[in-house]
Amino acid sequence: METYYKPSDLPKFAQIGDDAPELAKKFFDYYGAVFEPGELSEREKSLIALAVAHAIQCPYCIDSYTQSCLEKGSNKAEMTEAIHVATAIRGGASLIHGLQMRNIADKISL
Amino acid sequence: MTTMDNMTTDTEPFSLSLERRGLSLKRAKLMTLQVNTGLLCNLACRHCHLEAGPARKEMMSAATVQQVLAFARRFPFTVIDVTGGAPEMNPHILDLLGGLAELTPRLLLRSNLVAMSGALREKLVEFCCAAKVVIIASFPALNEAQAEAQRGKGVFSKSLEVLRYLNGQGYGQVDSGLELDLVSNPAGAFMPANQEAQAHRFHELLHSKWGVIFNNLYSFANAPLGRFERWLRQQGNYQGYLAKLAQNFNATSLDGVMCRRLISVAWDGYLYDCDFNQAAGLPLGRVPTHISKLDILPGPGDAIAIADHCYACTAGGGFT
Repeated sequence: METYYKPSDLPKFAQIGDDAPELAKKFFDYYGAVFEPGELSEREKSLIALAVAHAIQCPYCIDSYTQSCLEKGSNKAEMTEAIHVATAIRGGASLIHGLQMRNIADKISL
Repeated sequence: MTTMDNMTTDTEPFSLSLERRGLSLKRAKLMTLQVNTGLLCNLACRHCHLEAGPARKEMMSAATVQQVLAFARRFPFTVIDVTGGAPEMNPHILDLLGGLAELTPRLLLRSNLVAMSGALREKLVEFCCAAKVVIIASFPALNEAQAEAQRGKGVFSKSLEVLRYLNGQGYGQVDSGLELDLVSNPAGAFMPANQEAQAHRFHELLHSKWGVIFNNLYSFANAPLGRFERWLRQQGNYQGYLAKLAQNFNATSLDGVMCRRLISVAWDGYLYDCDFNQAAGLPLGRVPTHISKLDILPGPGDAIAIADHCYACTAGGGFT
């Protein structure tokens, strides 16, 4: 069945550089450097990436960073907790806007 | 059908992959004798390439034990590595270890930990302490669910209990001379964690959460053979996993792979280049040869039987 998202596109990510190689090189160099171990370990960075992948709901990133997390030694309990962190921030972001609603409603209400 | 299977086609055969890169896999100086005591095991781990388990009857006999000892007397080895199945379940294990301890400076005993129980444990560990046998224990994950998905229910806490017992006997303790190493295999069709990072985390968490100490941790990929291969195929993961191993091929790992310096003897006395070839039924020199009949050891430059499962030993950090 035709879909907009194709799992077979994931390993072809580098093809995005075919018509704009310089920008792609800058991006991929940066991307690679971000995931190098630094103050955070590679394992911790993969867990953050997994959480962000769920927040932005990118199926390619979810596929890729599920595997990456397991390969960095994380387990499903840790990965599920990471997604709850993303969920809490997403949910909190909606809820905090409720104050905007309340401010507006209060201003125009008797 | 999984994502990975949708993404991949058949992987290039391992032999062609070496050829294309202008590489070859040949023997170096032989250092290690690996002895498989049998396929009987108290566990039936889902990643086991030898499909060891409680129903298996294959066991090294007293006569073969004597032939192994005669072989090790004739050809001295720097390292002798005793494995299974669960070596603890072979009734001749103390005869084998006792004989081998006098013939090599470094004797290794591989254990799933859980088999190190009951009446034999005290006697066995007492011997291991006296002979300074290195214990290499399977401990796949710091997470109970992951460990037990691979090894079976109840194994995690029992393994910790045996590790603490071994620590109590001096194993893993500084300056005791009693080396306790752990082996971690991924709980599924994915690559193992970086060994150094994994070791750091295991040291930290095993000590802080459970009061366990150890010396070294080895992090190895699962070989797509036996029970693990069947699971991969049933789940539609086989091609994806093989492709992943092939994508992670690391030419520098070739120098250190175990088959270059090891000879593996199966429970029935027949010889192989390694434990994985034993599971794949690929005999040493391509012709079944019994340990009692081998007059000349394989040496530098000799051929090694290879197949696609060899991708597991050459991926990432490699399998040493």
